[in-house]
Amino acid sequence: MEPTVAETMETIIEADPKLPIIRMTRDFAATPEQVLRAHTDPVLFAQWVGPDGMDTRIEHWDARTGGSWRFVSVREGVEYAFRGCFHEVRRDRIVQTFTFEGEPDGVALETLWFEELGPGRTRLRTQSLVDSFEGRDAWLASGMETGINEGYAKLDRMLADGAV
Amino acid sequence: MTADTLSRVFSALADPTRRSIVARLAEGDATVNQLAEPYRMTLQAVYKHLRVLEDAELVSRPHGPQPRPVHLETKAFDVMDAWIERYRRRAEQRYRRLDAVLAAMNETDDEDGAHRGRNDGDDHRG
Repeated sequence: MEPTVAETMETIIEADPKLPIIRMTRDFAATPEQVLRAHTDPVLFAQWVGPDGMDTRIEHWDARTGGSWRFVSVREGVEYAFRGCFHEVRRDRIVQTFTFEGEPDGVALETLWFEELGPGRTRLRTQSLVDSFEGRDAWLASGMETGINEGYAKLDRMLADGAV
Repeated sequence: MTADTLSRVFSALADPTRRSIVARLAEGDATVNQLAEPYRMTLQAVYKHLRVLEDAELVSRPHGPQPRPVHLETKAFDVMDAWIERYRRRAEQRYRRLDAVLAAMNETDDEDGAHRGRNDGDDHRG
């Protein structure tokens, strides 16, 4: 943990080279309670979780330790369902599982930490653990199938920008 | 990278076994036998996957009398970085939507706070 409170405006990502883990860090201009509430209140959650151009329909939501959840994302009439369990929900963290129902054997174990940086500032750290590097690559590449054109366009731009 | 090589890279990486081979080689060079170990497939099948990766210039396999280890080319790392960057951007888009939700919550919470403040007789002001 850094001793100084540096602001992480853009999402920082790290794919662990030794473990099939994806870690992300992002700061928010809100209290930890608010960031937690945006993750546990189904009405608020549905407003931000879905990818652009997708509507999110919460089917089941019990954001308590031992509870569970299920939501469906819809794009152009095609539905993608996700579900999991809230293993632990408390002030400073959420531990939950995450499964895409199209790949029911793939389960990610996610931990979210809500850390107060100062008045009205919160650092969200997330960690997703999957069961293999192959599984992690599948997560990273997810959307490649559905959004292949978008992927091409973005990578084309990156190549044009000299980023690759 | 031309559009043609790019589409070769994409189709080479569209296969989960080949992605897994690339991930394994990111840790270091490996012989074909070592690469075949985790999979229930023949060496011939592994060679087939390697040829696709070679055609996309993602891996190189020096030829010679002695079998030489398969090597991951720099381009493959760049492509993997681009992958991760795409994932990161999707997360960033999601968190920008969360920013907006939190900003709206702040407004509502401020109104509630101001309301409570008035009821408390403005004790905390000044």
